[in-house]
Amino acid sequence: MQPGLYHILFISAALFFIGVFGFFTRRNLITILMSVELVLNSVNLNFIAFNKYVWPHKMDGLFFSIFVIAIAAAEAAVAIAIIINLYRSHQSIDVENAEEMKF
Amino acid sequence: MIEVIRITYYIMNEFLQIRLLQVLPIGWNFGWSLLLIPLLPFAGFLLLGLFGRKYIKNSAGIIATALLLVSTVLSIYIAYVYFFEYGKVMGMYQKFVPIQFTWLEFSQGVSIDFGVLIDPISVMMLAIVTFISLMVHIYSLAYMKGDERFPTYYAFLGLFTFSMLGLVMASNIFQMYIFWELVGVSSFLLIGYYYNKPSAVAACKKAFIVTRFADLGFLLGILILSFHAGTLDFNTLVQRLTVDGSEELHSAYTSTFLGASALTWAAILIFIGGAGKSAMFPLHVWLPDAMEGPTPVSALIHAATMVVAGVYLVARMFPIFSMSEGAMHFVTYVGIFSALFAALIACTQTDIKRVLAYSTMSQIGFMMFALGVSGSNLKNGSLNYSGLGAGYTAAMFHLFTHAIFKALLFLGAGSVIHFIHSNELKDMGGLRKYLPITNITFLIACLAISGVPPFAGFFSKEEILLAAYQHKALIYWIALITSGLTAFYMFRLYFLIFWNKGTIVHGEHHGEGGFAMMLPLVLLAVGAAFAGFIPFGNFVTADGKPMEVVFHWQFSIAPVSIALAGIFTAMWLYRKQNNKPVAIANSLNVFYKAGYNKFYIDELYLFITKKILFNLVGRPAAWFDKNVVDGMVNLTGNTTQLISEKIKEFQSGKVQQYAIYFLAGVIGLAVVFIYIWK
Amino acid sequence: MSGSTIIFYMLAALTLVSGILAVTTRQIFRAAIFLLFSLIGIAGLYFWMQYDFVAAVQIVVYVGGITVLIIFSIFLTQQAGELLPKQKIGRLLYSALAAFCGFALTMVQLCQHTFKTTTEQPILPTVSNIGDRMLSVEENGFALPFEVVSILLLAAMIGCIVIALRSKPTTA
Repeated sequence: MQPGLYHILFISAALFFIGVFGFFTRRNLITILMSVELVLNSVNLNFIAFNKYVWPHKMDGLFFSIFVIAIAAAEAAVAIAIIINLYRSHQSIDVENAEEMKF
Repeated sequence: MIEVIRITYYIMNEFLQIRLLQVLPIGWNFGWSLLLIPLLPFAGFLLLGLFGRKYIKNSAGIIATALLLVSTVLSIYIAYVYFFEYGKVMGMYQKFVPIQFTWLEFSQGVSIDFGVLIDPISVMMLAIVTFISLMVHIYSLAYMKGDERFPTYYAFLGLFTFSMLGLVMASNIFQMYIFWELVGVSSFLLIGYYYNKPSAVAACKKAFIVTRFADLGFLLGILILSFHAGTLDFNTLVQRLTVDGSEELHSAYTSTFLGASALTWAAILIFIGGAGKSAMFPLHVWLPDAMEGPTPVSALIHAATMVVAGVYLVARMFPIFSMSEGAMHFVTYVGIFSALFAALIACTQTDIKRVLAYSTMSQIGFMMFALGVSGSNLKNGSLNYSGLGAGYTAAMFHLFTHAIFKALLFLGAGSVIHFIHSNELKDMGGLRKYLPITNITFLIACLAISGVPPFAGFFSKEEILLAAYQHKALIYWIALITSGLTAFYMFRLYFLIFWNKGTIVHGEHHGEGGFAMMLPLVLLAVGAAFAGFIPFGNFVTADGKPMEVVFHWQFSIAPVSIALAGIFTAMWLYRKQNNKPVAIANSLNVFYKAGYNKFYIDELYLFITKKILFNLVGRPAAWFDKNVVDGMVNLTGNTTQLISEKIKEFQSGKVQQYAIYFLAGVIGLAVVFIYIWK
Repeated sequence: MSGSTIIFYMLAALTLVSGILAVTTRQIFRAAIFLLFSLIGIAGLYFWMQYDFVAAVQIVVYVGGITVLIIFSIFLTQQAGELLPKQKIGRLLYSALAAFCGFALTMVQLCQHTFKTTTEQPILPTVSNIGDRMLSVEENGFALPFEVVSILLLAAMIGCIVIALRSKPTTA
């Protein structure tokens, strides 16, 4: 059987929840960021798949994924800047040590 | 300047929708100067109340007096203009409403308006209220000098004057009610002026509670009337409820409760409100205690102005009262009983101000029953009351003269108290040498109140007695006896203060209090001596048409002789120090004691409230409040606290927890929208 | 089973397995490397779908940019050979359950749903088409989002610099 939309959607959903699982269980901020990247990628994959199989006469999904990639890059840069700043002040990037930021 | 006024006028008209009716031929200048009369004292109240204690402590009295002087001049000018130039149209004094704007509209026609009503009684009251208030202001300059809260005192006086003037001018019964309450509040403030004196605090609370209780009646009366008449405006109210066969009158007559028509009930309830303010039996208990306030305040509030508010109210509603025979009888009998009752008590009291307070109550009783007898010859529904209403004029006349001589009596008493530092008669005696002016003015006032010709009280009391005579013999006789008693207790007071034993005057000797205290005394004494010659029937009558007061000198023989008898009895008993009064008191043992203790009315009230009401109503209510109401409130509070303790833990600062909640929420919503809510 | 299918399954396996390893391994450097493989797998899937341009962007930005950034920050904040702290077993179970529930829900929905297909003429995702569209101000053009994203990137750059600047020592 030729793999199609459903297969790719399965991969993307699986990747999404893998990312979610990682986000829940990791304590290190950098690994949490990695989980977020996985989630973002699964979404991108979704966009591309829909673009290819459902609306091939349009390019919206493609552009969305390009913009998502751009924004993800920016997000990663900012997140890492914040993480490094946190490390400077707390000597740790454990998410549990950042609890006081709720205030 | 003219431009400014014109622009203000335009703004008022356009934006505030104040109707300035052009009924007054004098034009609108006149209309706005009317507003100034109450607003100037109010401005004084604001000024002194806000800045008095810090910035203008010393000049506070002068400022307030100056403002009030302007008001007084304006209102006397307006009285002149009204009575002699423009008020009369086709031989009848008209009712004008030069200024009116709607404040709160409940439904079509039923609205609370603020307006100015100009008719003979309101103009008369404006003049007398501002005049007496001015006298009191001037008098207080000396009397209250050096007092800690001098500016506050004047601020309160300003508030009181404002409220009283607003009450007098009210064109809407609800407006009157509002100012009525304001008068009550300012009276409360002034009675309790010496707030570090426990008796004054108790007195002001008592006055407030008793009058407030009576005001409940007033409010109910207003509601009943407005329900049937469909309006709150005085003029419309009177028009609708006095036209023979009108729909409103019919509805007010035909709906009955406990055998009396709604109209009668409304009138009686409104009268109860008036009786509370005017200290009619049995709501009089607050008035003697109210004497705890500064003496000039007693002169202003508890002699000349506030206590006659009840009389004024009945006079204002007179056409409606006269439609109900029952209400008129009620007014008559309450009035005459209060008059006699208070006179009896006044004969036994030993506190100078309390004697005057009971005398006030007695005189107001006179006014009330004069109103009561004046319309009672009417047949129900009949419009024609021309030729009657003699009592109405008499009551208003007596109100006018009484305001003058009673203010004089109180100010004279104030002067005595100022000199001797005591209210008790036993501390006084032989003061005529020390206080010559006070002596003479006090004597004039006593003669006036006793009804000795040619002083003011003679004429007004004569008219009242005449009205009573034409109405019913019983009332006439009681009134006659009361007027004899009046003469007796007033001269008892006079002789005990100024004659009798000699008083040892203490070292410090500060005379009569100077010009500021003497000027009002002299002015008022002139008024008390000559005000009676005003042909009052020409100006103030029930229907606006001038009435010729026929003066029968034969009729005067009885009242004058009984007054003289009272005076000579008092002279015989009290001119020189002797033990005749004590002997008489002892021989009348029980009666004297009862009178001395004010016929135990206060004790009766205490018994009813403390023993019956507190135990039967208060305690269960308190229990209910503590256990049920508070319990429910506490339950709500505790539940909220419990829940919030739980909710608080959600705010943990743990990002991953937040994410879990978030995901759970998203999944939950997805389930809801996909499966449940299709 | 055609070659294309085999390649697809291999790419899928690469993506998912290295994704799982990336979120479970206790050595942070390895996690980064597994993430790298996962991202490469996704890029491969883009290639498989013949979206060459997106695949190239994926490799350039993600594989070449973000992963390298992550690895650098690991070097900056982590001691070598240190294991990541263990998570509580309860938390692990709950998270797995939550993720699985979500996954199951999605899959159930996915299987019940039929996607419409279109018969219209497809646009090929060639670089020239993409370039035309991205800078077009006509309908279906993406010039405005493109500009917005460029401003966003600028803002992010400035923001990074501001955040990462060493705060001035407070003169006490």
